[in-house]
Amino acid sequence: MFDLQCDNLTKMFGAFCAVNDVSLEVPSGSFFSILGPSGCGKTTLMRMIAGFETPSGGDIRIKGQSVLSIGPNKRNVKMVFQHLALFPMMDVGENIAYGLRCRGDSKSEIKTRVAAVLDRIGLAGYEGKRISQLSGGQKQRVAIARCMVLEPDVLLLDEPLGALDLKLREHMKIELKQLQHQFNTTFLYITHDQSEALVMSDNVAVMNAGRFEQIGAPEDLYRAPSSAFVAGFVGDSNRWSGTVTALDRDQVKVGLDGGATLVAPLAGGSSGQGGGSSNTGRLSVGDTASVFVRPEALVVTPGLLPDAPDRNRLQGTIDSFLFNGANSRVLVRTSRGELIEVDHRLDGGLSRESVGQDVTLEWPHAGGICFKAED
Amino acid sequence: MLRTDTGRLSLILLFTPFALWILLLIVLPQIGIGYLSLQVKLAPRVYEFGLANYFEFLNEPIYWNTLLRTAWISVLVTVLALLVGFPVAYYIAKIARKRSRAALFLLCLIPLWVSDLVRAFGWILLLRETGVFSSLLQGAGLIGEPVELLYNDVTVVMGLVYTVVLFMIVPLVSTMDGMDNALIEAGYNLGGSRFTVLRRIVIPYAMPGIVAGCIIVFMLCAGSYLTPVLLGGKNSMWFTEQIYQQFITRYNWEAGATFGCVLLAFTSLAVWLGLKLTGQNLASTVAKD
Amino acid sequence: MNKFLNAICAGAVAALCASSANAETLRLLTWGGYAPDEVIALFEKKYPDIDVEVTFSNNEEMVAKLRATGGAGFDLAQPSVSRIKAAQSEYGIYKPIDISKIDASVIEPVLMDSVKKYATIDGELYSFPHQWGTQGLIVDVSKAPDLKGWTDLCDPKYSGRVSMRLKRGVLLGMAFDMGMNPFDAYDDPAAYQAILDKLEAKLIDCKKNVKAYWTGGDMLSNLMLSGEVVASDAWDSTAFKLYSQNPNIRFVPTRTGALAWIDTFTLPAKGKADDAAYKWINFVNQPEIVTMISKSSGAISAVKGGKELMPDAAREAVNLAFDDAAIANLKVMPSVPAGLEDMEGKVLDRIKAASD
Repeated sequence: MFDLQCDNLTKMFGAFCAVNDVSLEVPSGSFFSILGPSGCGKTTLMRMIAGFETPSGGDIRIKGQSVLSIGPNKRNVKMVFQHLALFPMMDVGENIAYGLRCRGDSKSEIKTRVAAVLDRIGLAGYEGKRISQLSGGQKQRVAIARCMVLEPDVLLLDEPLGALDLKLREHMKIELKQLQHQFNTTFLYITHDQSEALVMSDNVAVMNAGRFEQIGAPEDLYRAPSSAFVAGFVGDSNRWSGTVTALDRDQVKVGLDGGATLVAPLAGGSSGQGGGSSNTGRLSVGDTASVFVRPEALVVTPGLLPDAPDRNRLQGTIDSFLFNGANSRVLVRTSRGELIEVDHRLDGGLSRESVGQDVTLEWPHAGGICFKAED
Repeated sequence: MLRTDTGRLSLILLFTPFALWILLLIVLPQIGIGYLSLQVKLAPRVYEFGLANYFEFLNEPIYWNTLLRTAWISVLVTVLALLVGFPVAYYIAKIARKRSRAALFLLCLIPLWVSDLVRAFGWILLLRETGVFSSLLQGAGLIGEPVELLYNDVTVVMGLVYTVVLFMIVPLVSTMDGMDNALIEAGYNLGGSRFTVLRRIVIPYAMPGIVAGCIIVFMLCAGSYLTPVLLGGKNSMWFTEQIYQQFITRYNWEAGATFGCVLLAFTSLAVWLGLKLTGQNLASTVAKD
Repeated sequence: MNKFLNAICAGAVAALCASSANAETLRLLTWGGYAPDEVIALFEKKYPDIDVEVTFSNNEEMVAKLRATGGAGFDLAQPSVSRIKAAQSEYGIYKPIDISKIDASVIEPVLMDSVKKYATIDGELYSFPHQWGTQGLIVDVSKAPDLKGWTDLCDPKYSGRVSMRLKRGVLLGMAFDMGMNPFDAYDDPAAYQAILDKLEAKLIDCKKNVKAYWTGGDMLSNLMLSGEVVASDAWDSTAFKLYSQNPNIRFVPTRTGALAWIDTFTLPAKGKADDAAYKWINFVNQPEIVTMISKSSGAISAVKGGKELMPDAAREAVNLAFDDAAIANLKVMPSVPAGLEDMEGKVLDRIKAASD
């Protein structure tokens, strides 16, 4: 059973196509994210679902019923706005009661419902507080409670964490996920922040230029991106471009400009989990291709080692050392001048003093992934 | 040390024109008027200090009837200006595109480029018995003979609304401009109808602007002179006209000063009452954020 | 009285006038039309060291302005003779005029005598006549041929077709037409109040006839020329001007006699250019200047043969309005005693506030 389905949804603004033939299905009770850079059309998509924009084509169904002819105030889809849009002239209780009053609930029922939902979000007794008296996280919770008290089929969240500071944002990620479990409601979450999407979601749709690039579980997106865009956008990656010199089953040999050669599996070959059809198409010798390698796949070895047949090797010098606890990085400048990010392993024998030292980067052939370059 | 001294000096320099303006052009004349209103004339060039002028005002029904009439029409004009101005302001602030907003605002300003007097004469030309409307209606066969649309209270109200509506629109636009569109969308999203959103979200949000606009418009109306005098009918007395008459045609400065003080006190009271009733205060309306 | 306020006002006026200190300046406070540009140009040509500055006003405002400054700010004022005595005794805003510096021989003796009668205080003469005219009715004779007196304005057949200026003129005119003599009651407030009470009733009753009370010459002109009203009380000068645009619009002196006013030359108490003022007075009494001023003001000069010196069209209108009997029937308006303004004012307010 799907709470929300979009079929070939399209939205044109004049000649500009904001949302291009998008289809998605959100299973009941799941946390679904749409991840994409700003301007990719994700907000327009959400506004169509909420009813603030009319689609140019396609259909939106909630619990199987098309809602295209239903006004935004009649759809059982509630929305948490980017800046929350709590009503500043009402107190917390009135904010939450607003929707119930619109629905025509009785006064006593409203009172109990408001108290109950405040209790659930850990703000019991906050009815009389002004909005301006709340902290950022409390506002967040009130905004969600204001929607959840109406028991919507789908809750839309439009980058609600964007305005919070980093620490609180990290905390709220976890809290949001817990709230979703607690209310057991379908969440549709929009963000440009890949870590928010990866941490909270059951499923993520990566959106670019009005289209979905790939839909899948966060770990699939990370491990088996189906396009260069997804590979670059989800998680950190090092990227090399070169010309295909040989093709061997799923293995591609890519000759870099400086003369070095990298070997990587072709995307969509080894892992069929990706779901999205590979838009890299057929690769042939002479095509331009990109190789993506995650920082954690790279190993830095002191000294200049020769090429090896079973692994990729690049020579360089240590440029700088970025300490960030478990996420510390080493930047290696290759002989071709690129800066490569490598996960720093505490046992790797490298330290701040190693800067300037000659090293060799190496990784197994299967540690990278190759896409046909887009133009 | 030097820095605080120059800071203080620039503060004094900046504040002086304002202080002088307030003191010389507002406070001193008002004190003079207040003092004059307490002078009671006994005989030519003989005066005594007292409240007799105020008793005179209270004892003469014509005077306070004129004041109440002025107040009542001013309130009516304020309400009408709000009803006319609110949709216009809403359109400019929330519906019009950014680019056309400035042009629309400018359009609202155009009537102010013409003097009060000329605008009043414009109305006279349109509304008089041999004027444009009367002729048009006759030409269209809607009326058999010329109709007089001028010289009655309706004309005064219309003329005043036309003159003051801009002063309603400006504060409303500036308040609603600051309103996040998401508040309105949230209002709909949570199940509100158009009317609910207007009543529970837009109007409460715009309240400081509404009150500020109403205060300005009410004061302008109660203190206006030209429009009511030129467009008013044979029964219409306006309080400022009464003040002018006391000062100029009766040579009765004491009574004129008394009326001036009464008008000031009365409008202040009306504003205070308005703020009380709407639960606003001056700080939240005039000095918003 | 209020020295404090006077000081402020005087200071403000002095500051405004300080700019024109160099050459001698004659600051004239007068009626619109009484100092046309061409006359000023001729005067300044004859006396190159005198600048003339003109402020246009009316009786009430002249007194109010001079009162605000205690008689400073202007060198020569032109209030009506009826506005001299009370204003002087209450506010002391004028100073005596030295008639020896003026050629009084050119003035019509009757007018000179009237001014002497009403503008002499404690044996000192304060004013000198300039122009005169009357207040009566302006009537479109093609539409209201039989409208001859003030009370005729209240005739039901002119319902909604007359206008009035709600000032003392209409009170005085109505009183005479109702058989009372308000001038006789000027010194007896109780008797005057009795007259006013009757007038109040009459004029409130008359209100349904009134389309609108006119407040300025332009408004009256528009009402008459458009035909929206057929009759009104008016100054004869307005009527004479309109006559040239529509010969049916005539001045009717009324059966009880037109109310005559005389505008004067009077020196403000703190005027600083008396010599220039006397020069101006003598200058404007020259025949060719008289014609120029009469043309722009519509009023009749106080010089002997003033009527003959009027422009042709206006003279024709005057002759049409006044026969010898009408001239003999003129009621010269005397000085208004202090306090009467207030009594009249309240009655006028009540009339205005009453509903018809």
